[in-house]
Amino acid sequence: MRPKKRFDGIAVLNATVLILVSLLCILPLIHIIAVSFSSSAAASAGYVRLWPVDFTFASYMYTMSRTEFWQSMLVSLTRIGIGTPLNLLLTILVAYPLSKESHALRFRSVYAWAFFVTMLFNGGLIPWYTTLKEYGLLDSIWALVLPGAVPVFSVVLLLNFFREIPKELEEAALIDGAGHFRTVWSIFVPISKPALATLALFSMVEHWNSWFDGLLLMGNPANYPLQSYIQTIVIQQNLSNMSRDAMLDLALISDRTLKSSQIFLGSLPIILAYPFLQKYFVKGIVLGSVKG
Amino acid sequence: MRAKLRKELPLHLMLLPGLVMIILFSYVPMAGVMIAFQKFIPAKGLFGDQKWVGLDNFEYVMNLPSFTQVLWNTLFISSLKLILGLIIPLVFAILLNELASNVIKRSVQTAIYLPYFLSWVVLGGILIDILSPSGGIVNEFLGWFGVSKIFFLGDNDWFPFTLIASDVWKNFGYGTIVYLAAITGIDPGLYEAATIDGANRWHKTWHITIPGIRMVIVLLSVLSLGQLLNAGFDQVFNLYSPQVYESGDILDTFVYRIGLLDAQYGVATAVGFFKSIISLTLISSSYFLAYRFAKYRIF
Repeated sequence: MRPKKRFDGIAVLNATVLILVSLLCILPLIHIIAVSFSSSAAASAGYVRLWPVDFTFASYMYTMSRTEFWQSMLVSLTRIGIGTPLNLLLTILVAYPLSKESHALRFRSVYAWAFFVTMLFNGGLIPWYTTLKEYGLLDSIWALVLPGAVPVFSVVLLLNFFREIPKELEEAALIDGAGHFRTVWSIFVPISKPALATLALFSMVEHWNSWFDGLLLMGNPANYPLQSYIQTIVIQQNLSNMSRDAMLDLALISDRTLKSSQIFLGSLPIILAYPFLQKYFVKGIVLGSVKG
Repeated sequence: MRAKLRKELPLHLMLLPGLVMIILFSYVPMAGVMIAFQKFIPAKGLFGDQKWVGLDNFEYVMNLPSFTQVLWNTLFISSLKLILGLIIPLVFAILLNELASNVIKRSVQTAIYLPYFLSWVVLGGILIDILSPSGGIVNEFLGWFGVSKIFFLGDNDWFPFTLIASDVWKNFGYGTIVYLAAITGIDPGLYEAATIDGANRWHKTWHITIPGIRMVIVLLSVLSLGQLLNAGFDQVFNLYSPQVYESGDILDTFVYRIGLLDAQYGVATAVGFFKSIISLTLISSSYFLAYRFAKYRIF
């Protein structure tokens, strides 16, 4: 007979603490969402806690009626559309040769160090900015995708993944007459799909969340990606590029609901993708942090 | 020999695009640190005929009273972030591992990782709203307990701690994943044996869990050392304002302001160069120590 289960005080305390901390992580976001759907009056008076008061879409209607919002959304989507495939392509092209043994690739360690050094040292903000300016990349989408085109950390993850692939597969392909390009495309890439999916997610989140390069490198606010646009409105409170009509419309919604709606829209794709993100990222993070 | 080279050639070709990219976007900017030794005039161009001034820019910075303050802020903020960023996830991973209910376990994990995926623009916007002394929900909540209003983001006494706490809030989920993964790797037989020997929860945590993940703790501590001069540009930039420069200005934000806002390119590059050199030393030593003590190899 099993002993009767006793009330475990410490376990209950533990669960309570953990649940409270979890709430601490998500309640601020829920509060902001509640504010964004509340009426201007209720939000300004501070009546909103975790549920919208006088539910309204007004601030969303306003945000979505702004051409700047859609422009910057388009810039963000373009950035992901170009940046992520570029990141993946270069990661594969660099990781495959570097995953070879030194005798199979001359200068392997020179190459490996050349990439690794970029993780250790950089010129700093001003030389970086000056260089991009000299290249004539300011105000162009290429300024947002080219400087980070080779994600060296991803290269490291993928090359370690490639090394785990049995040598026999590659040798069989070589005997059948496949060259290196063919081997990468037909054998390594299909086998590495889970790893590549993780890296693709890393890259997409990175591109979506980046805001500083947009702010710095885009002189014309029309070229801002969404996070840079939100940064100027929500953080810098720069409403100066608004027209008179826009100002009048704004009287109907409060500054607070407007900002909250933009914060929510800025995080919406992440929240929607979160179930997938979490699953893959846990793998990716663990792989990247404690391997070896 | 020829044949071998021909066989290798595709591999070199594959590396070519990546090499071109890092040369253009990492090595050329590295060469740009020469701006630190020049009286740089942007119109003349990066490789133009600039006036060389030796160490003048460095001397000028060292004599700025605000520089010492900025350096101190950077070290203070980042070292507290590093220490708490190592300990709090460890505690959480242990608490989470003790949870019997898988449903609660999974829900807690889902909730605590979420802030990690949001940008500092989004989180900054949220913090500015909820921490506001006028109508922010945090001050309202504190008011219920009779605490008077605190201007978390505008008061030099509070600002650095607000930075540290919110950084922990954003990132502890990440560290928890790593520790939890390591704990999962411990042989369950050890716990069973300990139970038979009459060990209680504390004994097991202290004598099995913590020693079992000692390597991971060492590794994370050592690797985080390399980040000592990175106090969090994204976060500070989105949360600070002129009234808290005194306590919140860090090296990276300082470089941004004197370089790009005041257009003192040479001086800002000198500060950046100083930071890069020390960071290089710290990161190299941390990789060396990680290899030495935890057999960590990056590639």
